Amino acid sequence: MERTDASVVARERVRELVDVPLTREDRATLLRYMVMMRASEERALTLYKQGKVPGSFYDGRGQEAISVGAAFVLKPEDRICILHRDLGAHLIRGVTPDRYLANYMGRAAGVTGGKDGNMHFGDRALGCVGMVSMLPDMALVAAGMALKFKMRQESRIAMTFFGEGSTANGQWHEAMNFAGIHRLPIVFLLENNRFAYSTPNELEFAVDPVERAHTYGFPGVNVDGNDVEAVFEAAREAADLARAGGGPTLIECQTMRMHGHGAHDDMRYVPKELHEEWERRDPVDRYAERLVADHGFSTDEVEGIRNEVRAYVDECAKRAAESPMPDPELATTGVYADEFEPLGDGNAPWSRWAHNGTGNGAAPVERRAA
Amino acid sequence: MSAVEAAGTAAAEIAAAPSATREMTYLEAISDALRTEMRRDESVFCLGEDIGAFGGAFKVTDGFVDEFGADRCLDTPLAENAIIGTAVGAAVEGLRPVCEMQFADFIACGFDQLVNVAAKLHYRQGVAVPMVVRLPSGGGFSGGPFHSQNPEAWFLQAPGLKVVAPATAADAKGLLVSAIRDPNPVCYLEHKGLYRHVKDEVPEGEYTVPIGEARIARSGDEMSVIAYGSSVHLALRAAEELDEDIEVLDLRTVAPLDREGILATARKTGKVLVAHEATRSAGVGAEVAALITEEAFEELDAPVRRLTAPDVPIPFSPPLEQSVLPQLDDMKEACRELLAY
Repeated sequence: MERTDASVVARERVRELVDVPLTREDRATLLRYMVMMRASEERALTLYKQGKVPGSFYDGRGQEAISVGAAFVLKPEDRICILHRDLGAHLIRGVTPDRYLANYMGRAAGVTGGKDGNMHFGDRALGCVGMVSMLPDMALVAAGMALKFKMRQESRIAMTFFGEGSTANGQWHEAMNFAGIHRLPIVFLLENNRFAYSTPNELEFAVDPVERAHTYGFPGVNVDGNDVEAVFEAAREAADLARAGGGPTLIECQTMRMHGHGAHDDMRYVPKELHEEWERRDPVDRYAERLVADHGFSTDEVEGIRNEVRAYVDECAKRAAESPMPDPELATTGVYADEFEPLGDGNAPWSRWAHNGTGNGAAPVERRAA
Repeated sequence: MSAVEAAGTAAAEIAAAPSATREMTYLEAISDALRTEMRRDESVFCLGEDIGAFGGAFKVTDGFVDEFGADRCLDTPLAENAIIGTAVGAAVEGLRPVCEMQFADFIACGFDQLVNVAAKLHYRQGVAVPMVVRLPSGGGFSGGPFHSQNPEAWFLQAPGLKVVAPATAADAKGLLVSAIRDPNPVCYLEHKGLYRHVKDEVPEGEYTVPIGEARIARSGDEMSVIAYGSSVHLALRAAEELDEDIEVLDLRTVAPLDREGILATARKTGKVLVAHEATRSAGVGAEVAALITEEAFEELDAPVRRLTAPDVPIPFSPPLEQSVLPQLDDMKEACRELLAY
């Protein structure tokens, strides 16, 4: 069997990037969502520090390009299981920052209505089955959704995320193996953010997990996880392959978790130089600069997007703060379902779907105004 | 009502009240339930280890591959979390997966997906997970500590799961059909000792038994045995051989419990023995006893007693295993003691 060399694949990928199928508005949208994730998480962290967030706080600072770039490829009827560093994917699919912030504060207007906290949510009406704390459990759930798509010969894909820490768990193997056996239409996004809580890569695995992909019978692709278009392009190719019956792809996104595992984590185990090195590769700043340097955006335009989104998140934060706490009597409701209700479809803002008449998602700021 | 609607209603009534019954073993009834549902609803499919060409370790799905194809009788790798986890994904997308654990004991390897993902999804996110996990359980044939367990109490601390444990062939069919149609994850305990030893009349065609409703298996006034699964048969035999006025309540569902049914029999006879093959501490028996004590204490004529396996693993060698699993003589002795109280 021919060996998949991740570094060769990555080099080839860079050459392909010249033909990335993104319009100017798509690029503005990608920046918008990355800024929205950054601004929403900054606001949530402030709320946490103010004591308005019960429990703990987790964010994906430095990893914004991954969830935004990957989820951008999805069609409305695709399905996704989103993890705790991937707020961008929720935003793209249509969860608004006020519902995210309200969820962190345990409010009635949060996505789970207070039943679950922090990033443990998924909006079923938007085609998302939200995460549990045990990792990478959702890889198997996503595989099950993909199994259904394959059994019914539907042109749909499942997508899910996990950190490199998850690749040490047996369920990761079960998911990769199952997906490989059935050549499921699924895209696995592996976020190598260098640490599983405090444990560094060298104590997590002897072989880089992306190298294992070909042993499960499908491609492994290594990309710069701080480059939103690189992630998008890898995910687009993987999604196209999956839709065409070509099976799964494992995309390893090289990145860095710029905050602690949670807000309580002082990151004493992270070498200062490593943190500084990745600070220079900030995915949001990098993309803003690239829009100006390579794609004809003016500095004012890029600043305008940042300001517009930040103002929107401010408004959302106000709405979240105004939401009441849940009625305590609701705590004992909803244990059992009375009837089955199918998941709904998510937003799909990529212009490809708009052109095909299947897209339903405009940029969220515009959506709100509508 | 239009003629078409009227005809449809008539057809539904015929289906709901099947005219014919057929004698089946407990195992045949399970197969019949699966086959009936798979013919009726193409979203129903089975997945598990060795269930395809081999027909399953106990032959419940014998011949299913030929009738329904390999996709709907899916042989999985030896990976219980994968079986449960992918079933969750398929279920939320509208399929009705029926997972087979080769032995109930192996649910331990898929427990995380069951209790953390499947059980909690509706509470947390409003996502219904209509799936069944079939669990061949129970001892009595030298299966040893890993092929004999009765793990039902494990599930009782995982709100969101329903747990059924039929004792008769008719209930085996009716409860499995109900489990498949239920929008929640249902653990279906099928006692291996009943597979070929229990045989009764089973309605043909569509037949359901409601989840959460106990059944009076034998009516009596002097005392009640509240049991489920294999212990129901032990209780019925003991009652016959003792020739006493003993009521036997077959729980059929252990989560959620039929509180009304339990309290009714406790109030009627005033003496209750709770019997199960599973180990004693914090088991179903403890829960039933606590419920009766809380709600019907003043109507009791004796303390609620339990007949269970002791808190030990199920041993392999026949004399050891028989000393652990409740036997007919143990049941008769427990009934005699309570009647004499």
